[in-house]
Amino acid sequence: MTKRFFKALMTGAVLSVGVTGGAYAAECIAPANPGGGWDFTCRQIGKIMYDIGVVDQPVQVTNMAGAGGGLAYNHVVAERGSDEDLIVAASTATSTRLAQNAYAGMTADQVRFVGAIGADPGVIVVAADSPYQSLNDLVDAIKADPGSVAFAGGSAVGGFDHIKPLMILQRAGFTDIKKVKYIGVDGGADAITQTVGGFTQAMTGDMSEVVGFLKAGEVRVIAVLTEERIPGFEDIPTAKEQGLDVVAVNWRGLYVPKDIPDAKFDEWAGKLQQVADSDEWKEAMVANGLAPFTKVGGDFQSYVDGLVAEINTMSKELGVIQ
Amino acid sequence: MEMLANLSLGFSVALSPFTLALAVAGCFLGTIIGALPGLGPSNGVAILIPLTFTMGLDATSALVLMTAVYYGAMYGGRISSILLNIPGDEPALMTTLDGYPMAKQGRAGDALVLSGVASFVGAFLATIGLMLLAPMLARVAYLFGPAEYFALYLLAFCTLGGMASNNQAKAALASCIGLGIAMIGVDSSSGLPRLTGGNLHLYDGIDFLVAIVGLFAIAEVFFFIESHGKGSSIGVKLDKVRIPWKDIMATKWTMLRASFVGFIAGILPGAGASLGSFLAYMSEKSIAGEKGGFGTGVAKGVAAPEAGNNSAAGGALVPMLTLGVPGSGTTAVLLALLMTLNITPGPTLFTERPEVVWGLIASLLIANVVLLLMNVPMVKIFVKILMVPAWVLLPGVTMISFVGIYSLSGSYFDLLLMVGFGVLGYILRKLEIPTVPVILGILLGGNMEDALRRAMVLSDGDAMFLFSTPIAIGLWIAAIAGFVAPMFLRGVLKKPQAVTD
Repeated sequence: MTKRFFKALMTGAVLSVGVTGGAYAAECIAPANPGGGWDFTCRQIGKIMYDIGVVDQPVQVTNMAGAGGGLAYNHVVAERGSDEDLIVAASTATSTRLAQNAYAGMTADQVRFVGAIGADPGVIVVAADSPYQSLNDLVDAIKADPGSVAFAGGSAVGGFDHIKPLMILQRAGFTDIKKVKYIGVDGGADAITQTVGGFTQAMTGDMSEVVGFLKAGEVRVIAVLTEERIPGFEDIPTAKEQGLDVVAVNWRGLYVPKDIPDAKFDEWAGKLQQVADSDEWKEAMVANGLAPFTKVGGDFQSYVDGLVAEINTMSKELGVIQ
Repeated sequence: MEMLANLSLGFSVALSPFTLALAVAGCFLGTIIGALPGLGPSNGVAILIPLTFTMGLDATSALVLMTAVYYGAMYGGRISSILLNIPGDEPALMTTLDGYPMAKQGRAGDALVLSGVASFVGAFLATIGLMLLAPMLARVAYLFGPAEYFALYLLAFCTLGGMASNNQAKAALASCIGLGIAMIGVDSSSGLPRLTGGNLHLYDGIDFLVAIVGLFAIAEVFFFIESHGKGSSIGVKLDKVRIPWKDIMATKWTMLRASFVGFIAGILPGAGASLGSFLAYMSEKSIAGEKGGFGTGVAKGVAAPEAGNNSAAGGALVPMLTLGVPGSGTTAVLLALLMTLNITPGPTLFTERPEVVWGLIASLLIANVVLLLMNVPMVKIFVKILMVPAWVLLPGVTMISFVGIYSLSGSYFDLLLMVGFGVLGYILRKLEIPTVPVILGILLGGNMEDALRRAMVLSDGDAMFLFSTPIAIGLWIAAIAGFVAPMFLRGVLKKPQAVTD
């Protein structure tokens, strides 16, 4: 009896571990905690890929939070370099950090960027009871006393969420950007919690991260960083129409390990294109305040290379890196 | 009345013969997963999420199955803590302190049943709390900023000294080792590596599960080898399993208090079940004083952490459902499950999708009752493990440890690290330095550092910011009292201790 039970215990252990190994199912790593943008990318794209039948097993999502995506990037580069069944959620934030050498010496050419199929507009958010009614109110307050406003965001110091308010301030003629306070927390939801709680005065993040809180009336979006107002959120003014011409969108896409065959790379690019064309994805974009933005395959790789170079130059101007 | 209407809506969604069968299966699987070293509730739920898709389950059934696995794993974690002195997962860590001594006294059955009942009480009260107060309690998360979090973690560390009843200095040393280990890895504020020696594997930091399994399971194997298989501490005495009514009645207030403490700890995002069970154990220990005999195998020492960690698990659902901010590793995975089902938790979830929220609450209640009913028969099965001779059991535990750890990261390096922790655990135990504070240092050190550094950014490095709110000041006072009180109370309490037992 006992031995038999013990055997059963062992079998159970081995079986359950076998499922984790995921020899057949594709895995999508979301390099942040659940609830943020990367997590959304993995879950939506993974689910739609399975629903429309481009993968035959459900895509398994792994959350690997830390160092603003640096931990996951390192994991892929160091340990999964030729894993053909691995996709990783990426965004503008990924390219920002690579451009700023924020992944501890790792560079953009250590993985292959396979495609982006949507962009999440950047937003600047304050608590519903905040005295700041417009972006200019906030900018004026910082100009008068840089210490009076602290931003919270889901990316590490120097990351894209940090850069967004700095770009705005630079346009407004405020150049002493080292005085601007910013704390990086684990994800956009956490950043909003800190802002609604009054520990920080403003939150910098993406539209998809604030929709729920916006509907609940907890926060006020004082600026969206796009060319035009977003469909469905027409009452939110752009930064541009408030005289501060900053456009900062966060594309949602994927990268894959560097050493996979070209054929496999093209296969993933094709799958991503199919997701982009699906009705399910169009619905998901509307529900989450995403704007269409489709670039896949080699096209996207060159876009990312350009972006990395551009952010690198800009970061030097901003003084974030040497 | 609205509550009852909501609840009946929940049960109408969640209660059917099929979902009940799922709940039973989930509870059983969860208990096994929780009991295995290295596989905790987070892994359990994460492993089984793909299963819900393969089985083509709808949202409600998937939720019932996953919450059953979640609660089952919370129950199961205590089994190996009590029987083998190896925590099945991180919240079950505190249960080893009194559960294992109790098992050595031949009361393994009592300890298991009692911890099962305590788990039920904790989880049940937390579910009730979630039901009644969730929308209101969500505001609690807004009250905790970096300064408050720092003070909360400090409170946990300050009460550590009281844990090793014989030598506070050794407990302090052990927690410093843990804090030091927590520093390893990429620094979250700057993205730069620290103390990694250029080794890329260490960029990820050290997973506390690797440390737990190494310090407990692998160290046990070294002791076993040293003693040539004789007199290993694994062999605990066995007696008949019956329901220890006396212990249950004697610990009813302990369970209630521990559930309350655990629930509050669970509500705070980032604190989670481990902190809940830890604070529940330490507060009960200080209420009982030296007379209570905590650490020697007393019923209260088993009931407190179990009620605490299960109620923290329920509490962690509050910020997850209302804010979309997970309060623990496992709720993070549950949040992920909800999002794959196209349900986005957040402030509007309770009003927009009541059937999801109340269905979830109903399935929590179902899982709870199923687990309590399964508890006694399952204890009989698990106690049988003790009849396996140590020379069969230990290699088996070692194998499960290796497989479990490898499944976390798929990294060979983690296995080496685990063996390294085994050696460390062996040395520490030879020196009679407790290993539990090491784990707590690793578990909480990183969060505490992040909180401090965020606080310093917000305040331009002004240390007074840490004492700037009533909540922070209250936590600081509790922390200082927790650190200082044992030193003075020891003299006072020595005399009665000599009389008791």
